Amino acid sequence: MNLLLAIVTGLLYAAGLYLVLRRSLVKLILGLILLGNGVNLLIFLMGRLVKGHPPIIADGKVIVDGIFADPVPQALILTAIVISFGLQSFAIILIQRVYKVVKTDDLDEINTTDDYA
Amino acid sequence: MIKENILFLPLVIHLFAAIIMLFGWGKVWFQRWFSMGSNALAVALSAWLFLVVWKGGILTAHAGGWAPPFGITLVADTLSVSLVLITSIIGLAVSIFSAASIISQRVKFGYFPILQILILGLNGAFLTGDLFNLYVWFEIIIISSFVLLTIGGERVQLEAAVKYFTLNMLSSIIFLTAIAIVYGLTGTLNMADLALKIPAVEQTHLVELTAILFLAGFGTKAAIFPFYFWLPSSYHTPPDAVSAIFGGLLTKLGVYAIIRVFSLLYADSALINEILSIAAGCTILAGASAAIVQNNLRKIFSYLIICHIGFMIAGIAMGSALALVGVIFYLFHDIVVKTNLFMLAGLTHRITGTSSLRDLGGIYDKYPLIALLLAVPLFSLVGVPPLSGFWPKLALITAGFSDSRWIMTGFIILGSFLTLLAIAKVWAEVFWKTPPEFSVRPNFTFWEKFENKRKLMYLLPIGFLSAISLFIGFGAGWVQVVAERISAELSDTLHYVNAVLQLPNI
Repeated sequence: MNLLLAIVTGLLYAAGLYLVLRRSLVKLILGLILLGNGVNLLIFLMGRLVKGHPPIIADGKVIVDGIFADPVPQALILTAIVISFGLQSFAIILIQRVYKVVKTDDLDEINTTDDYA
Repeated sequence: MIKENILFLPLVIHLFAAIIMLFGWGKVWFQRWFSMGSNALAVALSAWLFLVVWKGGILTAHAGGWAPPFGITLVADTLSVSLVLITSIIGLAVSIFSAASIISQRVKFGYFPILQILILGLNGAFLTGDLFNLYVWFEIIIISSFVLLTIGGERVQLEAAVKYFTLNMLSSIIFLTAIAIVYGLTGTLNMADLALKIPAVEQTHLVELTAILFLAGFGTKAAIFPFYFWLPSSYHTPPDAVSAIFGGLLTKLGVYAIIRVFSLLYADSALINEILSIAAGCTILAGASAAIVQNNLRKIFSYLIICHIGFMIAGIAMGSALALVGVIFYLFHDIVVKTNLFMLAGLTHRITGTSSLRDLGGIYDKYPLIALLLAVPLFSLVGVPPLSGFWPKLALITAGFSDSRWIMTGFIILGSFLTLLAIAKVWAEVFWKTPPEFSVRPNFTFWEKFENKRKLMYLLPIGFLSAISLFIGFGAGWVQVVAERISAELSDTLHYVNAVLQLPNI
């Protein structure tokens, strides 16, 4: 399972970076979304995968005995998912507005900001 | 009231101000005055927090009562509270300038609530003591800055937003990757706890990897050498008030994050120091040499931001106590002056109707008093003694000579000369030159058509920040004392760690 997740994370990073380097606006956003998902999986993986040991303290104990699943990475991922959801919805509206105004989705033509004026 | 709760005041004030302004959606007059009022209150509260920390030492608050290092910790040391104080001063100046210069259509899209959220995010990032929480504040800052950048929806703004958005998203992803690996290595996110645990990690190559990822993430925010390209292609597009707050504070947040994370987590890492040295030299050279050939006033200032970020990175790379004093002093000076410069660009745009150096000119002839006022930020930036830019550069160069860092010192001196050249060009073109012909623009209200009250609201924030620049210059002794204390606190990580983790001081 660890190995599988590691490979998937790597694939998501690679695909994301590849798409970010493309010239199309839509592919750029898709790439950023894939990278965001890749980093979420990485956090999950870094918190160590533990199956069937919820971090619940048994009756009469003060601390959790033995191995247990770390709840912190899940909280982190949840936060990161919510944040990236907000950013991605902004990005999708942004590229729609850009397409309406500039009438192209080729990033090489979106360069009036670098004009010498 | 419990003393720690003062720590939350600079955050709560902006959050509530933003929420209350949402109830006044579309009421332009209300939002303008309420924004100014709440920011004035924020200055008072931040000054109070500063005084408390100055007298009583590091203040910490643990959210939800979780014992450190398990919960989110807010830490106010002298560096944090000084930056919170400066941020609220800039917030006040920019909200006055916005009230005068942001047109009511933009205000109706929610300009002022978003401005408050941006300042909230900055204060939060300065005050947090938790790595993941720092990421969350960064995201709050970038999402509100996206909105401020695109509000109004002009073509250049949207194009700039694509670049700004992509690179800031990427840098956040890199930052989060680093956090994930650090968590996997140590099992903690509290920066004070990390300061204890990172040196004990056995996989040093992974620790170096995270250091480089942090450097890339923060470096993109701070616009250091290979990562700065988003800055000059976006900062000249939004309204002047937005450029002012971006130029003053956002890149400096990256510098703050570099100082904080690298002084706590990776103290004395030779690899990082070497990378920072090279990046600093290239940043100074790239920023300064591009600044002298640009034609758009705001683009010149954008490149000068990059150049001066290089000075601070150079100081961080030198790492001696004196160099850190220089960096902190420069940080304070630069935030005030850069904000003021972009407001200056807004004022000259209002007077002449253009930002292009070719078409500008004649301001000294027509408005000598305004020219005199605008001379203060320009000459402070260059560092004409005894104005504010002179003292931190003196500290940096002295530190460079005493550590025999000749090349780095050479770059700082070269960067200063090129800045002087760029500013001399700006002064000659904008103030002295006779303008080619007065540009005629329909639907543009020129300065002379303004009523006196609105003119005053344009000049007031510029005068206010100029006065602060003059204070930093002439009262350099006091600022020096603050900077020296911060430098000492940064070198003594154990003190910070003990204060956060509530261990007894040895």
